[in-house]
Amino acid sequence: MFATYLRRELTNRRKQSIIIAIGMALAIALVIVVNSVSAGVKDAQAAVLKSVYGVGTDITVTKPAQAPGQGTTANGPGRGRFDFGADSGDADSSTGSREVHQSRLESRPDAPVMASSALTRAKSVTGVAAAAGVLSLTNSTFDGTLPNFQQLREAREDRGGSGAAASTPAPTGGADGAGGSSFTVSSFSVLGIDPAGSDVGPLSATTLAKGRAFTKSDTGKHVAVLDTSYAKAADLALDDTITVGGTDFTIVGLVSASGSDATTASNVYVPLDVAQTLSGNAGKISTIYVTAASADDIAQVKTALEKKLPSTTVSTQADLASTVSGSLGSAGELVAGLGTWLSLIVLAAAFLIAILFTISGVTRRTREFGTLKAIGWSNRRVVGQVAGESVVQGLIGGVIGIAVGLIGILVVNLLAPTLSGTLGQNSTADAAGRLGRLGGAAGTTGAGGASAGGFGGGGAFTGAGPGGFTRQAAASTDVVLNAPVTLWVILIAVGLAVLGGLIAGAIGGWRASRLRPAAALRSVA
Amino acid sequence: MYTLTNVTKTYVQSKRTITALKDVTLAIPDGQLVAIQGQTGGGKSTLLQMLGALDRPSSGEVLLADAALSALPDRKLAGLRAREIGFVFQGFNLIPTLSANENVETALAPLGLARAESRQRAAEALASVGLADRGSHLPAELSGGQQQRVAIARALVKQPRVLLADEPTGNLDEETRDEIMDLLEGMWRDRGLTLVIVTHDSAVAKRAQRRLHIKHGTVREAA
Repeated sequence: MFATYLRRELTNRRKQSIIIAIGMALAIALVIVVNSVSAGVKDAQAAVLKSVYGVGTDITVTKPAQAPGQGTTANGPGRGRFDFGADSGDADSSTGSREVHQSRLESRPDAPVMASSALTRAKSVTGVAAAAGVLSLTNSTFDGTLPNFQQLREAREDRGGSGAAASTPAPTGGADGAGGSSFTVSSFSVLGIDPAGSDVGPLSATTLAKGRAFTKSDTGKHVAVLDTSYAKAADLALDDTITVGGTDFTIVGLVSASGSDATTASNVYVPLDVAQTLSGNAGKISTIYVTAASADDIAQVKTALEKKLPSTTVSTQADLASTVSGSLGSAGELVAGLGTWLSLIVLAAAFLIAILFTISGVTRRTREFGTLKAIGWSNRRVVGQVAGESVVQGLIGGVIGIAVGLIGILVVNLLAPTLSGTLGQNSTADAAGRLGRLGGAAGTTGAGGASAGGFGGGGAFTGAGPGGFTRQAAASTDVVLNAPVTLWVILIAVGLAVLGGLIAGAIGGWRASRLRPAAALRSVA
Repeated sequence: MYTLTNVTKTYVQSKRTITALKDVTLAIPDGQLVAIQGQTGGGKSTLLQMLGALDRPSSGEVLLADAALSALPDRKLAGLRAREIGFVFQGFNLIPTLSANENVETALAPLGLARAESRQRAAEALASVGLADRGSHLPAELSGGQQQRVAIARALVKQPRVLLADEPTGNLDEETRDEIMDLLEGMWRDRGLTLVIVTHDSAVAKRAQRRLHIKHGTVREAA
């Protein structure tokens, strides 16, 4: 009887059943899509982190980044500067200019160095399974033509220092507006790593595409491993040479990120000791990668590391995930914020619709339930009937919702939106500012060509702090969003559908249970 | 069959106490056909609710055979209604989404019969009211008289001892009224039922062995 009655109610009161089912289906579909996309975004964030920090890295230890402007103390003249002496480059007396080429390798402003003894201390912390230290560097290359300031000064002195430079072939402004100078500044990221290899660290997340990986015997050798995408962009191939810090390195291997089409942590990888020597950071590292012995210990290991290594920043994967910005970060926020709220609101609306329809259904069927009670139906049987109808309506909605949700996920996966994840603090604006300053400096030099004597024997350029764009080149990673379908999502969806039906059924049933059987007599046909 | 002793029923309606039944003492023997007449609001429906175990008196005692309806819990009353009492309503009160057969089967649901037996008994009951070929029809597809026949089949399918009818012909035309009364009377005679009919139709009341008149909550025997 229960099944027959239920079936007849659902089919003969089709409109109501359809409305409740559609509401529920919409909510369930939304929950599934939001859930799945948010899982996809989490996977993407993990992929970005993995490409940068390597597989199995639970914790990283770094020195806190210095504020811009404080960086000038570390290496004498200060970072981001190119220093040209009077005899830098090759003078060309006919044009009054000099060809200059300079390559600098230095630590990045966002990754200050610390003594490598920190690695030994990190390894001694209980719960640390493995740790590896790397030195994160930037190689900047200045390549171009500058005015020959020495020649200018000599010419001026010859004429008694009267100032005006009318008869001297003064450098003329070039098309780039940098009067008499024309140059390019380029940079790439360099990571010094232990060639002996380690299970933890940035290279652990890469696959060897060509050539060979580092071996212990590479220590002290000028060999480099390149990121495949960077090598392609820079037109470099296996066995070519690349100039790092003014020294030629032989490219022995090419690596690409495993698992996703993301780029790897750095453009160029070189043996740690060579990187330390060339950048003047002997015995220094910038980041320690730590694997905890057990995933449950991560919090304790973090605390222990912080105690053991004061004045460092200790970050767990979870801390790092929040630093993923870019469109991936926006997608994460969108899903977490709007998506979650929207699905909650729609879910609440669907529940409300189901409840209201059930209540109005019970009210409309007062005489029906009263009659059933009068002819001997127990309260339990009537409540069970009402609740059963609601649960089945919810389930139908749930099944439709799952189908719609799966189609939605399929659409997301077919569209496969590419998200770009950028790791680190807001450095882009910073870099742009510095670039602007460079342009300004170059302009001044050009325009003031005639009175350039003020520069003395050489020009000191404040070059572009490469940190900004280098970091982008190094840590901006493109990941294709893939929304996974898990059994859990389906179970949650079915659970919600049943829950919605049960809530509506319980409320409707409670109303029905309070009907007096005498209602069958009282209400007039 | 029924023994009512000093039954009083009061309702509180917007702070006013309404006495629907006033100190009613009444006995209805087994197998009697009783008609209850009276004005609207005189207490007919209330008396029927007492007899049908749908409500309890405010004071006094209602006995159905040896069962004290005034003292049993709801669950027991529901069981009693399911087994002993058949109801026929003025508005037929069929479930609109169920077929005639299924409507009759609803009365058997609380008895926990096997499905096949329940079906068979429902079909037999429908045949006994002359609707053997209408089993699969929905109530809306049947005439008023046919609907009331289905309701009678539903009331009798469980083979109750008592049949209570609340204005069973109130919604029917004269010709159909007589058909339904013939049917009810036939069932009463054949099955040895106790049949109580509430009506304000004198033509219906005339058929009864005993006529009760109820006015202002007080019952008296009509001449």
